[in-house]
Amino acid sequence: MSEAIPHRPSRVRAPAKWPGLLALAVVLLALPLFAGNDYHYDLMIKIALTAAVAVGLNLLVGYAGQISLGHAAFYAAGAYGSALLVQNHGITPVPAMLLAAAGVAVLAWLVGKPILHLKGHYLSMATLGLGVIAAIVLNNEDQLTGGPDGLPVAPLSVFGHELSVFGSYDLFGLTITGTQVWYGIAAGFLFLSVLFALNLIDSPLGRALRALHGSEIAAQVAGVDTGKFKLRVFVISAVYASLAGSLYGYYGGFITPNIASFTHSIELITIVVLGGMASTYGVILGAAILLLIPQFLTGFQELEMVLFGAILMAVMIFMPRGLVPTLARRFQKEAP
Amino acid sequence: MTALLSVDQLGKEFGGVHAVEDLSFQVEKGRIHSIIGPNGAGKTTLFNLITGLYQPSSGSVHLNGRSLAGHQPHELAPLGMCRTFQNLQICMNMTALENVMLGRHRHLKQGTFTSLFKLPALRRADQQCREECAELMEFVGCGQYVQHHASAMPYGALKRLEIARALASSPDILLLDEPAAGLNRNETDALRDVIRRIADRGITVVLVEHDMKLVMSISDQVLVLCYGRKLAEGTPEEIRANPDVIDAYLGNRNPREEATA
Repeated sequence: MSEAIPHRPSRVRAPAKWPGLLALAVVLLALPLFAGNDYHYDLMIKIALTAAVAVGLNLLVGYAGQISLGHAAFYAAGAYGSALLVQNHGITPVPAMLLAAAGVAVLAWLVGKPILHLKGHYLSMATLGLGVIAAIVLNNEDQLTGGPDGLPVAPLSVFGHELSVFGSYDLFGLTITGTQVWYGIAAGFLFLSVLFALNLIDSPLGRALRALHGSEIAAQVAGVDTGKFKLRVFVISAVYASLAGSLYGYYGGFITPNIASFTHSIELITIVVLGGMASTYGVILGAAILLLIPQFLTGFQELEMVLFGAILMAVMIFMPRGLVPTLARRFQKEAP
Repeated sequence: MTALLSVDQLGKEFGGVHAVEDLSFQVEKGRIHSIIGPNGAGKTTLFNLITGLYQPSSGSVHLNGRSLAGHQPHELAPLGMCRTFQNLQICMNMTALENVMLGRHRHLKQGTFTSLFKLPALRRADQQCREECAELMEFVGCGQYVQHHASAMPYGALKRLEIARALASSPDILLLDEPAAGLNRNETDALRDVIRRIADRGITVVLVEHDMKLVMSISDQVLVLCYGRKLAEGTPEEIRANPDVIDAYLGNRNPREEATA
């Protein structure tokens, strides 16, 4: 071909992931320097765990183009599942967390299997129903779940060491508090969540997923069984939620059915939309913003739902791509 | 000669309208088989029937002697059939190269755990795929966009990108739906080279196209559709001389008389 400029295909490389991951690691390591007290740590831990759920949910919403309105149910299933396995069956916390995640994977598979080969947003309806059922079950099965009063959760223990927020630990001669240990766990969990999500997005499986969003017909013609792939990413995102939920339970030591509420599901979706669909780092920022806002609105707790609604609408109207992708694009345009 | 693709008494009705009716033809291996016809003749419907996007109302399609009845669109790539689209189906949320790599989908491993952990085997296979797909972009003549995002590419290049993606699935038979639509003369000439070189690779090409110059200069066989039925079939020379075809295209054998009448 005369007009083709010669290229050496061997120079074609996948875009490097390490700069982003390095930046994330630096931020996560630097944040404790700004944390003045346990309350700051508490907030950062909650943001990190929520962000990890959002990173998983973003795989479904941002990449596979499907919406789940019941991710809080998977989060709660992880939290309650692992807590009950520890309490009633004497399983140690880490295997309990993995078992609960496996259970959630099966649940998500059962819900998604009949739905995801249908076109359209049937998944939203089904997950909405699932979320409602989960909240009702957790509230009413008080023999098992403690009902609306909540359920105490045994602290996480690793190799016989109990990791309680109230403890104090010795790390290479440094004395650190239990909260600091937990920040390390949550930050590490978030980091791994991002790493796995980026790996997935950049793999053939991830390409197939992104293609679903770009052109479902193109994906099909290339041989992608679209229903199967949507189901897979739905299950993966549910597992993310379940693991984060388990950690949340171990960290807080107490869980209530509120974590399964519809409001929580909407909060998670709002985070993804605000941070930027299909932007893994964006949703972390989305989580931080959405969890920090209520800190400045103390006394207006009832307004939370209104606020989420307003944010959702504003983002959809003014920057449908979400915060981070919109800003990234703006900066790219300004830069030569 | 063996028929790679065989269409038998195929019919498709849309609420009483026969978009394709009682259509039979065969495409031989290694040939360039063109399908022409006026607008609304049923060409794209025929493609959609062959590639499983529509289910036929009657008749059958066989690929390599295997019936395609009831196959989902995603099941055809593994059988060796791939296509492009008249209205581009490019994933604008991906880079140009990733679009082509999507075409190799069925040749790549995509286990959930291998993907999450990005195991070395997957990494190597993906890098090899990346290089092969860059070569394919070169092959179809859009190699200069290998580093670009799909949304940053001009129309003509996107058309080639679709061909590259279809080739990436290493098909036995490639269906091109109006690849020259919207291209200028130079681009169309370049496209002709590409199609020829695809056929030289031993890939059977079925071409739906309006550009007569392209069709007549490249095809081994031409099938003419009119109102969903076969009007004529033959070599480009036979088609050019066929009075029915001239009628269908020009309305009358002496159009000037018709216009002034």
